[in-house]
Amino acid sequence: MLRLGRDYLLISGMLIVGVVVTATILAPFVAPFDPTAPTPAERLQPPGPPYYMGTDQLQRDVFSRMIYGGRIPILVAVLSCAISLVGGTLLGWIAGFAGGRLDRVLSLVMDAIYSFPALILAIAIVAMLGPGLANMIAAIAFVYIPTYFRVARGQVLAVRVQEFVEASRALGASRARTLFRHIAPNTLPAVMTVPSFNIADAILTEAALSFLGFGLPPPTPDWGFDIQNGQKFLQAGFWWLITFPGLMIILLSVGFGMIGEGTNDRLNPRRRRAA
Amino acid sequence: MGVGRYILARLALTVPMLLILLSLVFIILRILPGDPCLALLGGRNVTPERLAECRELLGLNRPLVVQYMDYLGSAVRLDFGTSIRTGMPVTEELWLRFPATFELALYGMLGATALGVASGVYASVRHDRRADHIVRVVNIASFSMPIFWIGLMFLMLFAVRWRLFPAGGRLDPVAAALFTPITNIYTIDTLLRGDLRLFLSAVHHLVLPALTLAIVVSGFIGRMTRSSMLDVLDREYVTVARAKGLRERTVIRRHALANALIPIVTVVGLQFALLMAGAILTETVYSWPGIARYLLESISSRDFTAIQGAVIFIAFFISAVNLLVDVFYARLDPRIRF
Repeated sequence: MLRLGRDYLLISGMLIVGVVVTATILAPFVAPFDPTAPTPAERLQPPGPPYYMGTDQLQRDVFSRMIYGGRIPILVAVLSCAISLVGGTLLGWIAGFAGGRLDRVLSLVMDAIYSFPALILAIAIVAMLGPGLANMIAAIAFVYIPTYFRVARGQVLAVRVQEFVEASRALGASRARTLFRHIAPNTLPAVMTVPSFNIADAILTEAALSFLGFGLPPPTPDWGFDIQNGQKFLQAGFWWLITFPGLMIILLSVGFGMIGEGTNDRLNPRRRRAA
Repeated sequence: MGVGRYILARLALTVPMLLILLSLVFIILRILPGDPCLALLGGRNVTPERLAECRELLGLNRPLVVQYMDYLGSAVRLDFGTSIRTGMPVTEELWLRFPATFELALYGMLGATALGVASGVYASVRHDRRADHIVRVVNIASFSMPIFWIGLMFLMLFAVRWRLFPAGGRLDPVAAALFTPITNIYTIDTLLRGDLRLFLSAVHHLVLPALTLAIVVSGFIGRMTRSSMLDVLDREYVTVARAKGLRERTVIRRHALANALIPIVTVVGLQFALLMAGAILTETVYSWPGIARYLLESISSRDFTAIQGAVIFIAFFISAVNLLVDVFYARLDPRIRF
């Protein structure tokens, strides 16, 4: 069970993510204005009611854009992490279980991808495929596959030498059955600590991609793109255009990061000995 | 086996790694859907003749295997062809810009290590007290921040509002016009030229970008330092050191930190990849003329040969850093003998 004192990271993380995701899903009810249409306000109006985060150069309400702006990042981060979770874990299971040459080759390939900066790889992929939602998801999913691969493979190596695995084999279970029924489930707890950190990171990657102009075309609200837009008005001192989208990205990413950290604490109680 | 043999063995492992990275880049740039010629000539309204001409020019009409062998050959010779955009040899342009990225990354990494190790040690000493929790949350926050956003906020506050630091570039524009670089690492060049004022200008320009990079990377180092220190503080030799009546400072520095540093060095090395990704955004925000910005400029003008060259160059750089880190690690931890 969760305890407030011990699990403060996990609980506050879940609260943050819960609030942001709910607001994003219920955006039409939460946002006071249309995020893509001009309001009656003046352009570049500083924050103040009823435009709590000001307006941009096209008279659009920044607050409403912040609420809607989470849709693309959340969608991209969650979907791409789901893809890399499935792909990376499967490959990791197979490599760890099969061993031999297949394992060596796969591990080397994964290490090579892992050693390369994820963002630069994602940029190269999106640059070749062209900007857009599906391409962004594909690029981000690809660069995170090694993360899952490494954890899953390492776990298989640890689990497969245990006695119950030998017992299953002795009872005449097929290799596939041994892997998927006996070994794989035991690797899942470790694998499942990865996604929350991973989503936190993917949100930043998505933001960077759309900041650099590889995301969806305007006027779709997207935090990263809104920062790029605000950059043009930086010298003139219109601080609200870049401050708020950045804070939203941090809030969501910190939320997922805290969930990851909190789960880790629960799974590695040794690190909290004096608690 | 001595360190020399270990380095050789490690070198031997670098070769297949590089081969895989190069192949990956080839797959992304040549086999993934997306025709560089079509992109270069602007998509629609391209006559088949011009397309064929462009393919001929870039060598894209040859069989893939031939292209691949040719590609590997030029990568090994570090000959990346001529940039479509500038007409200059890509290799030359990369070498010209690399020192800028290297300088930024180096100072960023120094800053990150200082910040990270200090905060991590502090948190571990105050384990589970308020300071520890604050440092942990700050560390999580620091690597949850979009680096380009930190850069823009710094620019807005320190360059635009308070005018404490310049808003971009590596030197004052006037001074830069008269300055002939030697190594292109400006903090060294200005000193070599014996010009203290220029040196200060170079440092002045470096502060914001390096700090931006440092903040993001320091979170990882801080986290690793904390958990590594917590591990070590439990050990008997630390208890023994305390029982001997050594001052707590000495125990922490000489006995705990010295041993906790080993895993930290690896983390610092691995963060170089992150640092390079950070550099691409930092260079964009601060108009820093490094290779990352060169890559982005090449992408936006569809300069295919330059994109390929820049990506391979970054791959080489990262492999070299990883190799260095491993060697350093082997020297640091005498137990490592392969």
